[in-house]
Amino acid sequence: MSTNATDTRVRLETLWEHDAVKILAIFGVIYLTYALIGLALGYSLDGIVNTLRRMTYLIAVYGMVTLALNLHWGYTGIFNIGIAGFMAVGLYVTMMLAKPTDPAGAAQYAGLGLPMPVAIVGGVVAAGLAGLIVAIPALRLRADYFAITTIAFAEIVRLGITSGALQEFSLFGIELGTGGGRGLIGNYGDPMNVIFELEVFSSFVDLTNSLFGFGPRQARALAYSMVLVIVLTGIYWLIQRTSRSPFGRVLKAIREDEEAAQSLGKNTNHFKIKVFVLGCALMGLAGILWRFRRTGVTPEAFRPHVTFYIWIALIIGGAGSNTGSVLGSGLFVAILFEGPQYFRRLVEQVITFGDAPNTFAGSVAPILSGNTAPFVRYTFEEFQTLQFVLMGVALVFLMHRRPEGLLGHREETAAAIPLIRRSNDDSTAGRGGDSS
Amino acid sequence: MSDTEIGSQSDTVQPEGQQNDVELKVDGLVKRFGGITAVDSASFEVESGSMTGLIGPNGAGKSTTFHCITGIHRPDGGSVRFQGNDITGIRPYQCADYGLVRTFQIAREMANMTVLENLMLPAKQQSGEQLWRSVMPFARRDVIEEERELLERVWDILEFFEIEHIAEEKAGNLSGGQRKLLEMARALMIEPEMLLLDEPFAGVNPTLEHKLLDHIHELREEGYTFLIVEHDMDLIMENCERVIVMHQGSVLAEGNPETITSNEQVIEAYLGGDV
Repeated sequence: MSTNATDTRVRLETLWEHDAVKILAIFGVIYLTYALIGLALGYSLDGIVNTLRRMTYLIAVYGMVTLALNLHWGYTGIFNIGIAGFMAVGLYVTMMLAKPTDPAGAAQYAGLGLPMPVAIVGGVVAAGLAGLIVAIPALRLRADYFAITTIAFAEIVRLGITSGALQEFSLFGIELGTGGGRGLIGNYGDPMNVIFELEVFSSFVDLTNSLFGFGPRQARALAYSMVLVIVLTGIYWLIQRTSRSPFGRVLKAIREDEEAAQSLGKNTNHFKIKVFVLGCALMGLAGILWRFRRTGVTPEAFRPHVTFYIWIALIIGGAGSNTGSVLGSGLFVAILFEGPQYFRRLVEQVITFGDAPNTFAGSVAPILSGNTAPFVRYTFEEFQTLQFVLMGVALVFLMHRRPEGLLGHREETAAAIPLIRRSNDDSTAGRGGDSS
Repeated sequence: MSDTEIGSQSDTVQPEGQQNDVELKVDGLVKRFGGITAVDSASFEVESGSMTGLIGPNGAGKSTTFHCITGIHRPDGGSVRFQGNDITGIRPYQCADYGLVRTFQIAREMANMTVLENLMLPAKQQSGEQLWRSVMPFARRDVIEEERELLERVWDILEFFEIEHIAEEKAGNLSGGQRKLLEMARALMIEPEMLLLDEPFAGVNPTLEHKLLDHIHELREEGYTFLIVEHDMDLIMENCERVIVMHQGSVLAEGNPETITSNEQVIEAYLGGDV
């Protein structure tokens, strides 16, 4: 009996070793929980599916950026806290390239009117170039000073976009504009129209309609989330390949001891610049995919907290592990990012609060007379703000209990082949590299 | 930089390119840190295939000389020639390209990488160090093939140093002595022609010291040239055929162990006279 139980346990443990199982299990739990929350909130089926779709969209976008950051920090030890800036460069350049040349109606400013795929490539290249501009002078700095440079860059980008000087400008006689603080409107139609206008897609719309009662708009959103998951998989594959290669080995060596890597004949600056540019380009791509389907964008979307969200996701997942980066993004979105508001809705479902006081003082004062109800009500009213407190608590807890994150303890082999013993060496044959 | 010609005896000009007897030639090397002159026109030569010891009291400028030769510091004057090529002030990674590799006083293993990864790192001409080759499917096949060959070489070198049993260990978990072995093995992976060892025996127990020395002698017979910085006088005198003594930044004496041990200046420098 007991041997049977341990057997099952061992089997489950070996199963758990596989990355795919880990990802599926954790994401399964996340999706199930949210489906149940949807049920508890009395959502209809389309509402529940829509909740899960939104989760997928967020996790995919955060996953992409976290993977790119893992390439910088987890593998190479480059301390980049200017992520929001590179995302902004990607998105704004793409939008300016794609906007029609004729600024009709509410569309304010003209763009270059390029086809969307070209505009996306343009945005990604621009983000990569921005990375190059930051990297060439700054990578000579020590890690912490480099970090300061990157966050300064991100703020320059955000404030530059906001500034009136760039609100509308002309470059080589072409009218362009960032829209300043008022934002930029994406009046180029749905960028995913290439897919949405396909014959196949109409049957997809019908399918989602019969399954979940989705309208065409929701069907498009669902399809878009699926596209994002595919892109995320592609980026995961790219970074996995990059890290499991001689190139990745040098990156790891730079993280460990740059000077020693140099004495071993590696031109480390060369590697650092390459990897920084690649990561920044991917951040630019994620920035584009994050928001280019919306009606417009304002510079407010790229405040520094975006950067720190990504860092939290990386810390949860564990720096150095690509699988951990994706898992970390999932947990970050499910628990820290979306969790609080769903929790609030759930609680409100059970308890009805009266009107909350308008000010913090108004909520605290009654406590003196023994009445805590206004304070509780106020807290719930402001639950969105408490999110930041929750993130802080989560970070402190992680740093204390598990600074290496969920999967950061595991070293992913930096070689293109599994590092196994020679075939003629049977005595201790066995352990290969971590396989995914 | 006027040559002070302290120990140097390079009367004959070596014909370049041909079978050179002089592997490394340091001429009038100067390095200053602020007001301190750490290396003060040091000049010496290291013969091809020899095992040369570089000794001197603390602060004599031995390590700084190493740093200047291998590009970690840029010298303020003088020149360094390796196999006839001027390598003064080159970058550290270029130094390895010429076939000149150093180890560090305190072993600098990549702590979070396994011993295998540590040893695969330095190999030269790995096409997989180009990002696109490692990523693109058709090019990656060649990379994988190269990696297989490289792994074979790594196992050979592990066998040579008799440390196969720690191959999969993280380098950070090794003992001090194993780290020294790893560091030397790693330097050899570059397939250098000359090795500069900075105190390879510091903190190593006598058994391992003998082992290391055996390895060094074996390698020397294979044609490697060694320049060794060491504090232990006896060890250098017993094992090196040539000894260079540095004191206060310049070369005090140069010669075979017998002449060095009988050199009064050297004795004074070590026992603390007014030199």
